[in-house]
Amino acid sequence: MSNPERQNPEGKGVAPDLAMVTALKAGDQSAVVQLYDRYSSVVYAVALRVLSDTGAAEDVLQEVFLQLWRNPAAFDAARGTLGSWLAVIARNRAIDFLRKRQPETDLEDVIVSVSPDLAREADRSRAAEKIRGVIGAMPPPQRSALEMAYFEGLSHSEIAGKTGEPLGTIKTRIRTGLMTLRKAFQT
Amino acid sequence: MSAHEQFADDLALYAVDALAGDDRTALEAHLAGCSECRMELEQLRGDGALLALSTLGPKPPQRARQRLLDAVAKEPRVPLTVTKTEARRSWWGVLGWAATAAVIVFAASLWKENAALKQTLASANTQATQNARELEDIRRIAAPIIEPEAQVVTVVAMKAHPQPQGKAFYLRSRGNLVFLATNMPALPPNKAYELWLIPMQGAPMAAGMFKPDAHGRGTVINPPLPAGAEAKAFAITVENEAGASTPTMPIVMMGAGE
Repeated sequence: MSNPERQNPEGKGVAPDLAMVTALKAGDQSAVVQLYDRYSSVVYAVALRVLSDTGAAEDVLQEVFLQLWRNPAAFDAARGTLGSWLAVIARNRAIDFLRKRQPETDLEDVIVSVSPDLAREADRSRAAEKIRGVIGAMPPPQRSALEMAYFEGLSHSEIAGKTGEPLGTIKTRIRTGLMTLRKAFQT
Repeated sequence: MSAHEQFADDLALYAVDALAGDDRTALEAHLAGCSECRMELEQLRGDGALLALSTLGPKPPQRARQRLLDAVAKEPRVPLTVTKTEARRSWWGVLGWAATAAVIVFAASLWKENAALKQTLASANTQATQNARELEDIRRIAAPIIEPEAQVVTVVAMKAHPQPQGKAFYLRSRGNLVFLATNMPALPPNKAYELWLIPMQGAPMAAGMFKPDAHGRGTVINPPLPAGAEAKAFAITVENEAGASTPTMPIVMMGAGE
């Protein structure tokens, strides 16, 4: 596995996410700025994908990082990477916004076990491209069921209604889709 | 077919928030009592996160950054209230560090820069006595730092409070490590701080334990470490006095090389 600290083309000494979260907890404002610079594009892209509205996406972006500033303890480093966690929070908040409902999950209830380390732009672009490839290779009904659930926030019965497919089929499609993604990223 | 099989599909739906109604209620009831399914749920949420990470899009507008900075500046301190997460896992939160400075400073290989030490080492005569002398010389240099009666003063920016701080001086080629901590909070009687060397690859290595004295000072001197381990970072956790072989979360202090 390559050594991100030494071979980082963006300059030496990219502080690990963990160190910045610790600094956040100590009230270090520069840490939230650094994390914003590192992950704002991820959060914004997810929010925009869900909401298709730049103003609303910006609001979600603001809320996610402000929440991180207020409650850095919500991120549990033992169970996931910060980038993935922020992406999930962004998606959840955007869906809440879309559905005009109160936040369904507490910030701290989101636990994500994903291995790719995405602190660096280059790693993220590569990972994103790979994931898009995997999604593109899925059978179209599987892909669209997954995307309807994830980016439109539809429930399984809503998807079944939209597609005219039985509930059981929708359930299996979504599960199979997630397992396909998992297998593609198992190291 | 195990009880979990029937929930397998529902877990996947739940992970992407697509499960509703009675199915959802039933699954939530099951999850409350099944750690295996909870773990699988975490995995599935991670798989779902990959979808989030696949999105491409324009960068957010510049004004968004300033907007965040302004909002953060209006809330200059992370709230000191203990969240339910922290109460469950760590008493560290109740102490609340009111600070504008970063907490953690670690350095690697500082011995090389220490001219006084080099001079002392250079003056050792024979190989046989060299080690003993080195040790004595090192003790002399280290004495003002580690002896209990030594006075320690922390200078900080005006109006700031001294923060817990530690410095690790690590000489990789010999596996030598000296670690000095100041302003460390006291611990309950059965607990101690454990220092960890986080290598470039592989699991964290135990690098010694310490309990702070009445002044909040702690030291670790040359714990057993394999020579040549390259340190990506050092970290501290709170463990039972006997120590642990893997760090118990949360990590309470950490720093990477400068």
